[in-house]
Amino acid sequence: MTTTLHDPTRPATRATTYREALREAHRDAMQRDDRVFLMGEDVGRYGGSYAVSLGLLEEFGEERVRDTPLSESGFTGAGIGAALGGLRPIVEIMTVNFSLLALDQILNNAATLRHMSGGQVSVPLVIRMTTGGGRQLAAQHSRSLEAYYAHIPGITVLAPATLEDARGMLWPALQDPDPVVIFEHGTLYNLAGELPEEPEPVDIAHAAVRRAGTDVTLIGYGGTVWRALAAADDLAGRGIEAEVLDLRVLRPLDDEAVLGSVARTHRAVVVDEGWRSVGIAAEVSARIAEGALYELDAPVERVCGVEVPVPYPKHLEDAALPQVADVVAAARRAVGDYA
Amino acid sequence: MTGTAADAATTTPTTPGDPARPDPVAMLRQMLLIRRFEEKCVELYSATRIRGFLHLCIGEEATAVGVLGALGPQDAVVSTYREHGHALARGLPAAEVMAELYGRATGCSRGRGGSMHLFDASRRFYGGNAIVAGGLPLAVGLALADAMRDRPVVTAAIFGDGAFAEGELHESANLAALWHLPVLFCCENNLYAMGTSLKREHANTDLAARAASYGMVARTVDGMDVEEVRAAVDEAVASIRRGEGPVFLELQTYRYRAHSMYDPDRYRDKAEIEHYRQRDPIALLTTRLLDGGRLTTADVDRLETDVAAEVEAAVAAAEAGPTEPVADLTRFLRTHPADAGQGGPVRASGPDEGGAP
Repeated sequence: MTTTLHDPTRPATRATTYREALREAHRDAMQRDDRVFLMGEDVGRYGGSYAVSLGLLEEFGEERVRDTPLSESGFTGAGIGAALGGLRPIVEIMTVNFSLLALDQILNNAATLRHMSGGQVSVPLVIRMTTGGGRQLAAQHSRSLEAYYAHIPGITVLAPATLEDARGMLWPALQDPDPVVIFEHGTLYNLAGELPEEPEPVDIAHAAVRRAGTDVTLIGYGGTVWRALAAADDLAGRGIEAEVLDLRVLRPLDDEAVLGSVARTHRAVVVDEGWRSVGIAAEVSARIAEGALYELDAPVERVCGVEVPVPYPKHLEDAALPQVADVVAAARRAVGDYA
Repeated sequence: MTGTAADAATTTPTTPGDPARPDPVAMLRQMLLIRRFEEKCVELYSATRIRGFLHLCIGEEATAVGVLGALGPQDAVVSTYREHGHALARGLPAAEVMAELYGRATGCSRGRGGSMHLFDASRRFYGGNAIVAGGLPLAVGLALADAMRDRPVVTAAIFGDGAFAEGELHESANLAALWHLPVLFCCENNLYAMGTSLKREHANTDLAARAASYGMVARTVDGMDVEEVRAAVDEAVASIRRGEGPVFLELQTYRYRAHSMYDPDRYRDKAEIEHYRQRDPIALLTTRLLDGGRLTTADVDRLETDVAAEVEAAVAAAEAGPTEPVADLTRFLRTHPADAGQGGPVRASGPDEGGAP
């Protein structure tokens, strides 16, 4: 990312990281609304297992930056109860693998109470969690299980890939009267770049084109957006102009953006760290088949996680997860570039 | 209706008891209402007017009435799938509860929840939860919100002995004790988790001792004696309101009927059921009130007649209630501004008017 210093026509920016952008979003939300508080394992004294909340305990106190015992179901359910009780909790779960211990609360309560009660209650809760592999953390800390949550009616599922979204998605998520789950890809926390000093509002309803192109659409979210962008650079060197679509919102999917891009490029590659079967990529592919079949000049390609637990050694982990070269190869197949 | 001790109860049939002054006659009437209501449910189930799962609390009326009567309108309640008694004792109109069992739009959850998911947000009754122990973390969170807002409110979490085997109970007990939250844990120990007896499920069956190990006050109470339950809950609620942290009460009770209408009840002796019937909470209190001169048999008859009329009216209202249009299937999945104030039972007289249609 390039920087332009001393240009009065551009808004003032400053260097930051994805982690710091998230922290700024928390600070901003807690300053703006005294009902907002953060709870989770090691969010306070430790500073957050990925240091997102570092310093917030000192700034906001133990009531609002609340360390919890290791009890995902208990504290996630407590977040739901606190939301019912009029607060605006942010629950941090260390990784998506651990969130399975809270899946009962998220599915059977957070996503269900409003409909099951005949519209009497809402659950304005935000749940954040780390997702994804690439850090040699082995099978129980590396999964991408976004599809589990995107399967559930009643919740919104977000996947911020950029600094803007890391900073900007939390506030609108807290304004949502219903549950929102935010997935932070573990490889993105150190992502560095520039952000405007004055935050610009972002929406939590639409996908975004991160790179315009004409020959093929590369569709990703979270961590895979950056692999799609790297693949697009490679493809450009081969004379293939790829469009990169960042889904941003995994539920509800922005069908219009997906189908619109496919209508422009007539080819699609969906990149997803989740297992190939019954996943996000499968859903996106099905929607393209339903809504844009006659726009397609080639079968939809899926580049997904190989259907095994993620192994520890780097060479095997790399082989288990979508890599830039895999995306390039799929895009070349789609455009018929067999050179 | 003139000049009997039962008058006070019959003129305001379904409001919660006065937390400051337990009225045994009102408690008797509530227990009778719950029992006759559920006996009617059995009939209606056999007649296929009610479908799905139906879990009855017949035999356990004293726990419902003793616990709920001690709470004020500001307090919150989280319950289980065996919650008809809790809902009625909380003051949900019998007509709305019955309409819910019928799946009618006039039901307390608009007919969407059915027997296991009775809700009434206006009475802070946050549901029948059909995941064993699944409501307990919600109770902790409701209490957390009250504690963080300095509201002198108690959240009652009602659950069964089966919940003691679930992790969510232990996580919730630890959180409530650790954070010193205003939670009243009410364990209705009826000795069976569906068909598995307490002693076949737990190495240590002393539930109060296990709760105490989390660092909270824990007591065992005779759950067949409504006045004992009420006294214990009054004391617990007072201590919670004084800021002394959560309290656990093990209410020892018994259900006479099977787990649900599907249950052939193969796992217990008839003699055991008969043993508990001899300690029936309604008979126990009736005898006490008759012996003490608080009631005459004529008063009791009048209570029965009155309760029977309320149940019949509830059935008639449920039968006449409308169903929700299929077009509303996905309504209330998410919150829309246009739905503000529109949730809950459909009432001809508007959303804020209580009472039967």
